[in-house]
Amino acid sequence: MSVLVNKDTRLIVQGITGKAGSFHASQCLEYGTNIVAGVTPGKGGQKFEDKVPIYDTVTETVQKEGADTSVIFVPPPFAADSILEAIDAGIKLVICITEGIPVNDMAIVKKALDKSGARLIGPNCPGIITPGECKIGIMPGYIHRPGKVGIVSRSGTLTYEAVWQITNLGLGQSTCIGIGGDPIVGTTHLDAVKLFNEDPDTEAIVLIGEIGGTAEEEAAAFIKEHVQKPTAAFIAGTTAPPGRRMGHAGAIVSGGSGTAEAKIEALKAANIAVAPTPSSIGETLMSIYKPAAV
Amino acid sequence: MNIHEYQAKDLFTSYKIPVPRGIPARTVEEIDGALNEFSDDEIIVVKSQIHAGGRGKGTFTDGFQGGVKLAKSKAEARELALKMLNNTLVTNQTGPEGRKVQTIYFAEGSDIEKEYYLAILLDRATSKPVIIASTEGGMDIEEVAEKSPDKIIRVIIDPTLGLKGYQAREIAFGLGFKADQVKQMIKLLDGLYKFFWEKDCSMVEINPLITTPDGNILALDAKVNFDDNALYRHPDIQTLRDLNEEDDKEIEASKYDLSYIALDGNIACMVNGAGLAMATMDIIKYFGGNPANFLDVGGGATEEQVTAAFKIILSDQNVKGILVNIFGGIMKCDIIAKGVINAAKNVDLKVPLVVRLEGTNVDAGKKLLAESGLKLVPADSLSEAAEKIVELSKAA
Repeated sequence: MSVLVNKDTRLIVQGITGKAGSFHASQCLEYGTNIVAGVTPGKGGQKFEDKVPIYDTVTETVQKEGADTSVIFVPPPFAADSILEAIDAGIKLVICITEGIPVNDMAIVKKALDKSGARLIGPNCPGIITPGECKIGIMPGYIHRPGKVGIVSRSGTLTYEAVWQITNLGLGQSTCIGIGGDPIVGTTHLDAVKLFNEDPDTEAIVLIGEIGGTAEEEAAAFIKEHVQKPTAAFIAGTTAPPGRRMGHAGAIVSGGSGTAEAKIEALKAANIAVAPTPSSIGETLMSIYKPAAV
Repeated sequence: MNIHEYQAKDLFTSYKIPVPRGIPARTVEEIDGALNEFSDDEIIVVKSQIHAGGRGKGTFTDGFQGGVKLAKSKAEARELALKMLNNTLVTNQTGPEGRKVQTIYFAEGSDIEKEYYLAILLDRATSKPVIIASTEGGMDIEEVAEKSPDKIIRVIIDPTLGLKGYQAREIAFGLGFKADQVKQMIKLLDGLYKFFWEKDCSMVEINPLITTPDGNILALDAKVNFDDNALYRHPDIQTLRDLNEEDDKEIEASKYDLSYIALDGNIACMVNGAGLAMATMDIIKYFGGNPANFLDVGGGATEEQVTAAFKIILSDQNVKGILVNIFGGIMKCDIIAKGVINAAKNVDLKVPLVVRLEGTNVDAGKKLLAESGLKLVPADSLSEAAEKIVELSKAA
């Protein structure tokens, strides 16, 4: 009942001994995520919380622990290198939580990704969760509940808002993917929508976007042609002034493109139910989605 | 991060991109010193330096017209510069409050044969740099792109390879250059791409790029933006930051790692997370209010940061109410509640405050707020919070 990650995921944590890495590795372990190893160069041979082996390189974790997925909590100047290391070692799914990676570094990473067949989620994202099975990232686990709604979003806390509304309606989530707020991201809204569309256990989709770029419009065009599953959406930034970065590096209206209005129009044209406020994402979904059993 | 035209042209020069000779001046003494470097019979362009476009068509708050002027003599250039210096220029990009001109740039006048447009930025659709060039220089490029898209040349650059020779030729020939000008253009493009990539620019724009009657190509204007995420590896670029061009509250916020943007409404908001912060502004507007700011306190804000955030939003005299919206994930609601209580006690709160907490330790957080003795209004959902603050701020 999920996409990309589940209880069989064999996760490593790059930067597991750092402040953010160690805190969130603990939280993920507590949730039940199968963390098979950590990586911190120079600390190979030690153990995290007396149980998770630490290695110097990602390659060792693949060879010795059969790792297939990595989450990265490495500081921005070194994060792009860590992503490349993971791809090169044969990791199939890389989730980069780090915020503040230079755009040029990500342009190089993106080129390497395209050639590799690996998938990147992020950077500058909350991560990915399949409720009840596997939490990879910084989201609070308890607001989620196993279910059939797939959620994709550029934002962290705004996703929690949507997740919480859906959970409080008595529904749950198949998988929630935080794709990140940077101008260059590994997985787009469109990629996530395709995955949810193909997943037999995802019945409905919630797409949360914000100003900047045209990723939401591209997803809308695909949904219009190929997706029968009920889809609800919310776009943040109707009141954002043009030319200013709204916190996220990618959230900027420039030269009249990337406005909330244009995105909402494209979504509505694809028969997607657009929530008028961030408080009504759950009810908007319920207006078009009749789950089998609530 | 933005820089001024004169700083951008200095950087251009170091990458062998030809620009007209020019000298900046910040004081009367510097103006006289700069003009000494010009001869009596040349035309001098007097340019106000602010971080906003539309300078030429702008108006100063005292009624003086034009932030960019041609002078036929040094005396005239001096007179114009003195009118601009420390005067406030309003353009279509500055907002009605305008910007104080604190630097004047004197540049030698150039004879223009034809104007072109040239820019490099990130193409988000391909995640690669794109060079945009057009024969329609000196105009609004978005308008050109809309009305005559055939006049726009777009060349996508593979970031692992850089700008290749054939791509530079495609642009030079595409703009209609011949013979020696093709060589000049290729050299200019090489320098410009190298600058864009090495210095982590998010955009460089030359509008107009010109040819002169004697066959030279020159960058008449220069607009450069840098990727904030990459500034750590460019200490030379960091020194070009001009704090005079930034909002005082935004400078203060950046000291505490808070992401703050001043807006012109009267309901301040404090939120954790950029997407939720934008959505909170939107819902204030939805219920008939106007947000005074964007403020993201981040995922792990400390009590010190929350206090600083309160002080910053209250220093905005227009603020008639505050909405705090926190979805506690990693950040625990009881910690935020403590921060809000201490901050509110420290800053002598005179406007209504609505607090909406949700998430980790929410009950403990709400209990602390209820027992604090503060006159704050609790709300259980974001829509309830927004409705309440709009109502209360209208009454205030």
